[in-house]
Amino acid sequence: MQQIGEESIMKVLLSGNEAIALGAWEAQVQFASAYPGTPSTEILESLSQYAGVRAEWASNEKVALDAAAGAAFGGARALAAMKHVGVNVAADSLMSLSYTGVQGGLVVVSADDPGAFSSQNEQDNRHYARFGKFPCLDPSDSEEARQFTRLAFDLSEQFHCPVILRSTTRLSHSKSPVEVEMPQEPRAFEPLPPFERKPDWYVIIPATARRRHPVVEQRLLDVAQWSETAPVNRIEWGDRSLGIITCGVAYQYVREVLAGYSILKIGLTYPLPKQLIRQFAGQVDAVAVVEELDPFIEEQVRAMGIAVVGAEPVPRVGELTLAKVRQAALQAAWPVEPAPELVEPVDEVALPTRPPALCPGCPHRAFFYNLRRWKKNAVFSGDIGCYSMGVLPPFEAMDMLISMGASVGMAHGLKKAGSAENVFAIIGDSTFFHAGLSPLANAVYNQSKIIVAVLDNRITAMTGGQQHPGTGITLMGEEGKRIEIAPVARALGVEHVWELDAWDVAGINQALKAAMAVEAGPAVILVKGACVFTPYFHRRPVVEVDLETCTACGSCFRVGCPAILKSDETHPKSGRHKASIDPLLCTGCTVCLQVCPVDAIYQTGGSE
Amino acid sequence: MDKMNFLFVGVGGQGVLTASDIAAQVGLDLGLEAKKSEVHGFAQRGGVVESHVRWAPLVGSPTCEKGTVDALVAFELLEAARWVDWLRPGGTVVVNTQRIMPMSVTVGDATYPASEAICEALERRAGRLVRVDGLTLAAEAGTTRAINTVILGALSAVLDTPAETWEEAIVRRVPAKYDAVNRTAFRMGREAVG
Repeated sequence: MQQIGEESIMKVLLSGNEAIALGAWEAQVQFASAYPGTPSTEILESLSQYAGVRAEWASNEKVALDAAAGAAFGGARALAAMKHVGVNVAADSLMSLSYTGVQGGLVVVSADDPGAFSSQNEQDNRHYARFGKFPCLDPSDSEEARQFTRLAFDLSEQFHCPVILRSTTRLSHSKSPVEVEMPQEPRAFEPLPPFERKPDWYVIIPATARRRHPVVEQRLLDVAQWSETAPVNRIEWGDRSLGIITCGVAYQYVREVLAGYSILKIGLTYPLPKQLIRQFAGQVDAVAVVEELDPFIEEQVRAMGIAVVGAEPVPRVGELTLAKVRQAALQAAWPVEPAPELVEPVDEVALPTRPPALCPGCPHRAFFYNLRRWKKNAVFSGDIGCYSMGVLPPFEAMDMLISMGASVGMAHGLKKAGSAENVFAIIGDSTFFHAGLSPLANAVYNQSKIIVAVLDNRITAMTGGQQHPGTGITLMGEEGKRIEIAPVARALGVEHVWELDAWDVAGINQALKAAMAVEAGPAVILVKGACVFTPYFHRRPVVEVDLETCTACGSCFRVGCPAILKSDETHPKSGRHKASIDPLLCTGCTVCLQVCPVDAIYQTGGSE
Repeated sequence: MDKMNFLFVGVGGQGVLTASDIAAQVGLDLGLEAKKSEVHGFAQRGGVVESHVRWAPLVGSPTCEKGTVDALVAFELLEAARWVDWLRPGGTVVVNTQRIMPMSVTVGDATYPASEAICEALERRAGRLVRVDGLTLAAEAGTTRAINTVILGALSAVLDTPAETWEEAIVRRVPAKYDAVNRTAFRMGREAVG
């Protein structure tokens, strides 16, 4: 920490997500809810550390937003955080919340993922603000993330509407200095006053919707008027031969690559301050727009009749970088420094790729090892989680994957449309509670003969280990009620349910066979084994390879475990490498031991 | 020193992100502005991890531009080779000589190049190449989990920065019970640089 100026202000390095949490806490947020999703996850994790806030994991993003909306109707300041595609899940409520309005401030954090580092698409969620007709704030570093979050609550209450705070991976997962007031005064949680009824706002029956729509339209004009002089939109005058309009993290690239030129930095990306834009455009020789993903601002500026230089030189695909902004500037003949001189990439030796892999000990390994053996007459409908890696070698056992919970619905549709193959849906525990329940009910109701494999690793693993209804532990660390998946499946009407140990290779295979033999209706295979990063994971003595016995058949390599390596020893006849186990990586899960046809792998130090 | 661009690279689980956190904090402690940036999530499971750290009086982008990295800090040999083209001509490479086999090698689709071949390729491109046997030194210090501290020790010796600033930033970041082992690991890394 670095002390600056007054004694009570400290400069601290915070990620964008931590800064959003800090800003929300400073804004007296009372309730916050989220479903984990990269790059948004740490917002709620961080917020749960502050006193006086009730923060929780919701079972999905719509539930998170609905919960936040209820709190805001009651007068509390409330926040819902989600990744960009999570907003799609919550969109049904979000669109109507624009009409209902709110009492307490309601902030929806949308963490977009340009570059699709951890996502299924690169959608630009500024469009939601325009679509739903409410404001969108777009911070460019952690300090702004803190300030804009505070402002978002104020704006939401001033204009009685939800406000989107839009982050991106590069903001959420970058750290930059934030000014923090020290010491942070502890705050007690304050119960709400009695509910103030406002059915003419909050009960959005058609008559209310028709009456509220003009209010929504007027509100947009009011917010636009406010934004004309709001400090979040600011001009940094420089060389006036070029004026650049920019927002979000793109501003940081502009200020480095195009240093010295005039910049209009837009903090409120919807609705735009049109007079300010005209004033800026009128005082520079040429206007350029640099923004990440869609030409959201650019199209609106062009629609105002303002000429924008270059025919969209800034790429619309992928994350922006300093290099891409420089490239675009050079292409459009804006005067910038040439690209730096580059060191040649290594070409003397071939560099093997390093794709992600299931961890040593992962409870998904034995399932996928078995699943790929039935690939010939089967279709695998996948879902979102670590088990999406089932698509990668050596398993290559996933044929479709689109969104959270979609595995079950897609499997159902394919089967009902007449597929003669065995159709599997593969879904994780957290994803099952997110959006797997209703498609399973649908499969029972419409009687499709599909096999739903629920890979229950007792955590939301891909996002770094978050709790969910199936673990029963809340975000605040309280022991709640754990919902068991097998009884839920039976209660939904599934007649064939198998429960298996995730590391029981033969048992899983038998269950797969039995499930494929089911004559009617969906079957559920529940594969239970805790993720290696949970406290429930049971580490056992590491295994070793007896090189005398090993025939270099390669069976163990096909379980795709990073702890299984090629030894230097080769088989005299085939010349193939025998196996060896890295004792630092091995967790003793024994999957390789079980698949070895000649019992060359054994557990050290006894069985337990 | 008033300006540095670092690129930390390695394999998920090696402590790359913690090390880059500490490096960013050191920049701030030296009175500069500091920013860092990385990507979490899907790629992290045994995949490549990259983290950018920048120090300057005023930092814009949280990521470096290719060709402007002053110090490439590689926690794994193959990753040093993969990322060396981000270096500015004349830049420094600090590399942990540990080899971690990617799945593509294990399943037989690819071969891991010989260590010497990689080091020669790095030597040709870097102004200065510093090799550190992080795994051995960390084990000697008390735990193989302190590899990242060993590497920070080596990095601190390469840069013109006071050792105390680094050491303090490290002990502030790690649990108190690991103070001693991390201080030892840091010094061993620092002394390993000739």
